[in-house]
Amino acid sequence: MRKLLFQNLWRSPLTIPAPAPSEPALAELGARVDRAARRRLGRSLAIRQVDAGSCNGCELEIHALNNAFYDLERFGFRFVASPRHADVLLVTGPVTANMREALERTYAATPGPKWVVAVGDCGRDGGVFAGSYACVGGVAEVIPVDLHIPGCPPDPLQLLEGLLALLQVQ
Amino acid sequence: MMNANVALRTILEAGEPVTDHRPWPRVVVTPELWNTLSEGLSGGAWSLLGLWGEVGMVHLAVYEDASETPGVASLPCPAGQFPSVGRLHPPAQRLERTIADLVGLQPVDAPDGRPWLDHGRWPVRHPLGGATARTSPPNPLSMHGEGVAKPGERFVYPFLSAEGESLHQIPVGPVHAGIIEPGHFRFTANGEAVVRLEERLGYVHKGIESLLRGATLERAARLVGRVSGDSTVAYALAFARAVEAATETTVPARAHWLRALMAELERLAHHCGDIGAICNDAAFALMHAHCAVLRERVLRASAAGFGHRLLMDCIVPGGVATDLPADGAKTLRALVDDFRQQFPPLIELYENTASLQDRTVGTGFVRPALIQQFGCGGVIGRAGGRAFDARRQPGYPPYDRLEFETPVQTDTDSDTDSDVNARVWLRIGEVEQSLALIEQILERLPPGSVRGDLNLPGRDCEGVALVEGFRGDILVWLRLAADGTVARCHPRDPSWFQWPLLEAAIENNIVADFPLCNKSFNGSYSGHDL
Ligand code: SF4
Repeated sequence: MRKLLFQNLWRSPLTIPAPAPSEPALAELGARVDRAARRRLGRSLAIRQVDAGSCNGCELEIHALNNAFYDLERFGFRFVASPRHADVLLVTGPVTANMREALERTYAATPGPKWVVAVGDCGRDGGVFAGSYACVGGVAEVIPVDLHIPGCPPDPLQLLEGLLALLQVQ
Repeated sequence: MMNANVALRTILEAGEPVTDHRPWPRVVVTPELWNTLSEGLSGGAWSLLGLWGEVGMVHLAVYEDASETPGVASLPCPAGQFPSVGRLHPPAQRLERTIADLVGLQPVDAPDGRPWLDHGRWPVRHPLGGATARTSPPNPLSMHGEGVAKPGERFVYPFLSAEGESLHQIPVGPVHAGIIEPGHFRFTANGEAVVRLEERLGYVHKGIESLLRGATLERAARLVGRVSGDSTVAYALAFARAVEAATETTVPARAHWLRALMAELERLAHHCGDIGAICNDAAFALMHAHCAVLRERVLRASAAGFGHRLLMDCIVPGGVATDLPADGAKTLRALVDDFRQQFPPLIELYENTASLQDRTVGTGFVRPALIQQFGCGGVIGRAGGRAFDARRQPGYPPYDRLEFETPVQTDTDSDTDSDVNARVWLRIGEVEQSLALIEQILERLPPGSVRGDLNLPGRDCEGVALVEGFRGDILVWLRLAADGTVARCHPRDPSWFQWPLLEAAIENNIVADFPLCNKSFNGSYSGHDL
């Protein structure tokens, strides 16, 4: 183990430079996000991810945010295990009827001020699953959404650009 | 009554063959033959490949291991019911409960009458059957009849009981602590030790089979490619192969090879990620960090080669959507070289870290007999000595022309085999095989076109395919209508036969080892819930 650790000390870091926050995300947030809340939350945001019926593709890319290339934590974001510790809910999926109540309860358990980011085409309007008897279709149908990050799935860079916009709106 | 030692072929010959079902035979059987099939399954002669329904009929796909014969048997259900298979063969139980939920056909004498995917929250009942408007929650006591539960009443799922002094229950989920899919686990524990785990799934049921009905082939391919996003290549391949079988379409040789290339990239990425994630759940973050970097490299190479990090929508009926760009082979070779340098030190690290081995060895043991009974695929099956690999049998091109091994745990006598450690080692073995396969494919990739036209026959036709995903064998069965749209399509995830075994794996382990056991299985919630 020591050898591996030493080797990595000499290697240059893999981490990519910080991308600019996405313009559309800034525009969407500018109109929505409460500035007073922004000041209160500061530059460190705790994220709780909720899968509300995704195909698990979006989760794979959200996971990738934690790898050495994207290293989400350097920006002050971190994933937390409980909605009670969260500032941001990162929600994926077309919101299945069977997950609707769990999503509502998770939202209720998150203390304010809080933001909701809907991830993926599914999170926006149900995506390929729109119109099914088993899907509500879009996170905004169930809880208020502050930001959408589209894509099927959005890649880590797109996710990062969207999340960085949360830190930018002042 | 036929005796239970009858060969599958005999049954397939005794039934009435359905024309235009390819490549395996499908026969319509009598209730008596149906029961013989159930008995054969419970006797261990055959493995269950799938059990699904449609209006007025249930279908059972089985595989005879000895003769390597697959087949599909169909039983008409004029009275809306069929003899339960799960009564004799437990692996069929959840599938039957799903048929009752989705199609409304009742398995007679089924041991478990509770609903499964239907949580009482859809506006319709039996969406694949009569699709009647819901007036009452599902009734857990009398299988899906409108009975005791009253309209508007909340449906409470009756968990199995475990009784005894000092037992307590721990409910977990559906929302879990990590970035994972939702499902509910009900633990009954005696102090630290788990006495019983009962799973409740269905939270991510999206109604995919209903959406597939009437879908164009293009839309259906996108939908099936999103049954379980992490297996999108394997699903798209299974769907494409089923369509091609149904329509007797020949695919250009180069497309076969590119498909295999994508499938191995998918296997490589997920196995590598899982190895790291399992170690992470044993609180060994270093492995996770390194495996995540390797995994990211695979996704980047995939994006460079085919335009999508997860390779979604890259395989289509008739071939593949895009060819490798001019420098694609070079990028992928560089990826393999990277792996060959960086992966072995990680394996060494895994092998030589006693604190890590202490967590994985002997944890989450599953009896090999149970693995055989459930016809469990993938590394979970192979850790219990079940060597089945759909790339070999029934097999599909170009694997018949490639050299590879399917790593299997052959010595399954002691309690330390078929545990978390064994599942890690088999993943390591498969990573190495996938690397070798990618090299061979790049070397021998034939030239030519990558997509051909489908041979739509202008009448109903049916196809079936079995494809080896990173989790195990994926079954896709479908019927195309005369206008070339999908009349019915059933995708069956390997997780159906793996989730139940997780309940067995955790028994007598401590609660704190559940994440470790669960990760070593890495079942798909979405693939299972459909
Ligand atoms: S947006 Fe795409 S990747 Fe994400 S959950 Fe939906 S189908 Fe899956």
